Amino acid sequence: MGILQLVLVLAVLVLLVKPLGTYVYHVFSNEPNRMDRVFGPVERGIYRLIGLKRRDGMTWKRYALSFLLTNIVLVALSYLILRLQSLLPLNPNKIGGMEQTLTFNTVISFITNTNLQHYSGETGLSYFSQMAVIIMMMFTSAATGFSVAIAFVRGLTSRGRTIGNFFEDFVKAHTRIFLPFATVITLILVALNVPLTLDPTLTVTTLEGAAQHIAIGPVAALESIKHLGTNGGGFFGVNSAHPFENPNPLTNVIEMLSMWALPASLPYVYGKFANNKKQGWVVFGAMMTLFLAFLTLTYTSELRGNPALNALGMDASQGSMEGKEVRFGIAQSALFTTVTTAATTGSVNNMHDTLTPLGGLAPLAEMMLNCVFGGKGVGLVNMLMYAILAVFLAGLMVGRTPEFLGRKIEPREMKLIAVAILAHPFIILVPTAIALMTDAGRAGVTNPGFHGISQALYEMTSSAANNGSGFEGLADNTPFWNISTGIVMLLGRYISMIAMLAVAGSLVRKSWVPETVGTFRTDNVLFWGILIGTVLIIGALTFLPAIVLGPVAEHLTLR
Amino acid sequence: MNTTRKSMLTGPMAVQALKDSFVKLNPVTMMKNPVMFVVEAGTLVVLLMTVFPGYFGTRDDVGFNLTVFLILLFTVLFANFAEALAEGRGKAQASALKKTKNEISANKVVGSGIKRIASTELRKGDVVVVAQGETIPGDGEVVEGLASVDESAITGESAPVIKEAGGDFGSVTGGTRVVSDRIVVRITSDPGESFIDRMISLVEGAKRQKTPNELALNTLLTSLTIIFLIVVVTLSPIAKFVGIELQVPVLIALLVCLIPTTIGGLLSAIGIAGMDRVTQFNVLAMSGKAVEAAGDINTMILDKTGTITYGNRMASAFTPVGGRDEAEVAAWAAIGSLRDETPEGRSVLELMKRDSLRYDETIAADGTFVEFKAETRMSGIELKDGRQVRKGAVDAVKRWVAAQGGTIPADLDAKSDAIATEGGTPLAVAVDNAIFGLIYLKDTVKPGMRERFEQLRKMGIKTIMCTGDNPLTAATIAREAGVDDFIAESKPEDKIEVIRREQAEGKLVAMTGDGTNDAPALAQADVGLAMNSGTTAAKEAANMVDLDSDPSKIIEVVSIGKQLLMTRGALTTFSIANDIAKYFAIIPAMFILAVPEMRALNVMHLGSPLSAILSALIFNAVIIPLLIPLAMKGVAYRPMSAAKLLSRNLFVYGLGGIVAPFVGIKIIDLVVHLWI
Repeated sequence: MGILQLVLVLAVLVLLVKPLGTYVYHVFSNEPNRMDRVFGPVERGIYRLIGLKRRDGMTWKRYALSFLLTNIVLVALSYLILRLQSLLPLNPNKIGGMEQTLTFNTVISFITNTNLQHYSGETGLSYFSQMAVIIMMMFTSAATGFSVAIAFVRGLTSRGRTIGNFFEDFVKAHTRIFLPFATVITLILVALNVPLTLDPTLTVTTLEGAAQHIAIGPVAALESIKHLGTNGGGFFGVNSAHPFENPNPLTNVIEMLSMWALPASLPYVYGKFANNKKQGWVVFGAMMTLFLAFLTLTYTSELRGNPALNALGMDASQGSMEGKEVRFGIAQSALFTTVTTAATTGSVNNMHDTLTPLGGLAPLAEMMLNCVFGGKGVGLVNMLMYAILAVFLAGLMVGRTPEFLGRKIEPREMKLIAVAILAHPFIILVPTAIALMTDAGRAGVTNPGFHGISQALYEMTSSAANNGSGFEGLADNTPFWNISTGIVMLLGRYISMIAMLAVAGSLVRKSWVPETVGTFRTDNVLFWGILIGTVLIIGALTFLPAIVLGPVAEHLTLR
Repeated sequence: MNTTRKSMLTGPMAVQALKDSFVKLNPVTMMKNPVMFVVEAGTLVVLLMTVFPGYFGTRDDVGFNLTVFLILLFTVLFANFAEALAEGRGKAQASALKKTKNEISANKVVGSGIKRIASTELRKGDVVVVAQGETIPGDGEVVEGLASVDESAITGESAPVIKEAGGDFGSVTGGTRVVSDRIVVRITSDPGESFIDRMISLVEGAKRQKTPNELALNTLLTSLTIIFLIVVVTLSPIAKFVGIELQVPVLIALLVCLIPTTIGGLLSAIGIAGMDRVTQFNVLAMSGKAVEAAGDINTMILDKTGTITYGNRMASAFTPVGGRDEAEVAAWAAIGSLRDETPEGRSVLELMKRDSLRYDETIAADGTFVEFKAETRMSGIELKDGRQVRKGAVDAVKRWVAAQGGTIPADLDAKSDAIATEGGTPLAVAVDNAIFGLIYLKDTVKPGMRERFEQLRKMGIKTIMCTGDNPLTAATIAREAGVDDFIAESKPEDKIEVIRREQAEGKLVAMTGDGTNDAPALAQADVGLAMNSGTTAAKEAANMVDLDSDPSKIIEVVSIGKQLLMTRGALTTFSIANDIAKYFAIIPAMFILAVPEMRALNVMHLGSPLSAILSALIFNAVIIPLLIPLAMKGVAYRPMSAAKLLSRNLFVYGLGGIVAPFVGIKIIDLVVHLWI
């Protein structure tokens, strides 16, 4: 049964890739199409409102500046709202202003599409903050990531000087993708019993006569964009494990597909832009292969359960159910875990801290690679960065200087890519080491031994990959963890985005080298293998020592 | 060909390289290679820990630390040795060249007189007189006279070449010797900028600039080094959290094993050796970039004459006319050519031999040879018995026969026209007043060219033939040679037109040329190969000069360029793929004492933790000298499609890179484990 559930969800996903990818391509190809009649008037109204008279293409610098400035304005606004939420309306539960390092962390966490939550939504945020900050940023950060990815793809596949207009992309990502999709999914979730209300927390008297507070709110609205935008920040502290966020297996499948389908269709969009769908399928194939490997690892380790507990004679037939919801079981929990860390959403329907060591290794590794589908746009950009690296390393072996999609890969591109590949291990390993060295950091780590390493490593990796899931159990609402993860999230998001936009800006200006039989092909099975090899050797080997000391050592010593 | 310049390794060269490996330990020069610089820094740290164990609290590990130090030192030395060896060959060539430069005096024309000055005082524009036996003091153009010049100092070719004022054979190179007659030369270069100077600095590698691809690869290698530095530096505090204390030498060993030392140590040697291979081929590349660009060529523009065909027209068939038979025509053609030393004449005899046609040589005995003259456009022989044999241009022979009252066979014109339309040249053969038939002269494609073009097509290179011939003739040769495209009746401007057109499509174009009017096209082309026999203008415009003046060499240059890039890629892939095995050797060894369960990761079943670390480190060191021959020779290259090349190289160097260290480390461990 478990495998059947996995296969079904995977099959639906694969079937969604082509139609969804085609739709997204038409949204951003900027060629007139049927959708213009539906969305055109609204968009023109928005363009008029924001004074966007001409929507000329931008150079990469202008594009980067535009998205940065937009993000900065949103950050400033959100910071004020969170600090002053007690004075603002829609606060029926009388929640006070947020503490400053926590606000710093929260604002960064949501603008960077990370959604690492060091607060608990029920008690930390007013309804207004949930809507005006959390939900708003869930839309805008997703749209930002999506726009940057599309701009990057344009740089790779078109010629000229410009890579599109950020504001136009940003608006279209909202009007044509996130808003309509989110509306539909919200309504479906409401139909499936997810609450959507502005009423205050319910206080009910239980059979024993005790008073119980049941938190509710505009959950369905947040839930839909939380997954569509690969955001992951839950309305409630326990995220999608909460019965109001994710009441049944059907909502579980809907939530998985809504966070997974868009990142999975992006390679197809890239193939359409490149005018060679096979290019897209090769990238998709590499992502899917890695995904399946990680899913298998988590699923089988969770199914096998904890050998130490099994040795005590506990019933192991269910697998390791600690920290999991009975309504989802092993299969739906393992799949959700693998999807949420692959797509760097970060919502959880089970507690990753309680996964078996190897079961927890898979989500950790997916975030370290950050290119197994990946978050809104970022995953594709990272995978294409690995593709360029693969071309650079293996391409020489055909006796030509390396070229990708007809453009030569030269020192400038390599320097920019070097920045991106350096940044990722740097912002994961260095902060992890600092956390484990300092008292301030160690204070948050609640487990001794190898699991403690996993806790700290997971938190930093999750921040760096802008995933946002927590290896819960870490006491992370402290100035050290708020500030350190805040900085890691910022660097994790913007360094690679800017570097990759610069790569796009550099490639778009290059003259094209025509393809001959002497050209290194990037649209065949061989390249699929080379790409996976590059991801594993460059991306994964970097983290091997840390992983060996964390989950692997824990697994080996678990007797 | 000069053998000393082509020799591979010599004893003194290796000794010099050995010395240089130590000189290169200087951190200032080492800094240019960040990968090896990190290794050297690590070596120094381990050395300090070995020498001052008290200070570092490493008294118990002196033996181990000393061993690590020595292996690290050898790692650096091996890398230096590779580079020094590659440079050494260039240096040997350079010193041979320098000898030709020493103490030349020049006869400078001053006013009406001649002043003897040192060649180093010559400036551009000076005019000098060079007489028989003297050495030409500098690069220049012959302005007066004609002389044969021995250019063996640069070309290695001992047969002298003719240099004369005007035309395309007027450029002379400093350091070459006039063996007959006397010429007046206008100097075209200032001291230190002459051809020989450039050649010396090129082969010496003094001005070797890193190519864009090398720079990009260096960036990648440097960032990988930094990444692994981060990995290793952060490992210690992370391990400390679970109470594992890692020793610095062990961490350094891990670092050195992980950073791409193999390719880092061999990278510059590969580049130098690639240039060197071109030089050994008697082609002088002005930059490494040009050699790399040769690997990237999409289109090759080749002159028909001299490159694809021999240029001279060769007899390829005999066509009888007026009811004669072929043997008769052949016999008379041969008799008329017996004493004819022109290529056409000789080719007739060769054709006879090839087709085993017989004729009576004695008929020609004691005959008087009639030489070819522009006025008569015929040659032939006056036989002793009075008969006259002639062969020559059809209309000339027709007139000659008619003048003797002979009749012209009715099918002559039709047959000669047929030959002409096929692109051949018909020569009529006549004896007294009778025309026997025609010799079909054809511009013959050099043997093997067809196969070469086939190879080029497999590499994805398009060939375009340029010729002054009419379209029909051009098409015939193009079809025969198997080129992809041709330009008939081409003028020098057409070449540059074609290059621009191809370049506009993003293609890289290579061409060869020698004349002054080729210079703009040579400069426009991405790879321009000038002939050494050509003009100074052409040589300056080109980025490569072929000292043997063989235009078809451009094809080999492309192969060398490809081989250079492939070698670099193959060794990079190999080096990076090695990391997998090294991780599996060192990681369990580092933690096994604290976490005995880690032995599950010791997949190679290495003897002991220390032995595992040392074995990985030794493998990492010895792989460098083991790969030096490959770096110098380049990986084997046969023209084939990119897909095939890639799968082959990926199999050998990618898969090999993963498997080889597992085997290597295991074998080394079996030995090392005997002690620890």
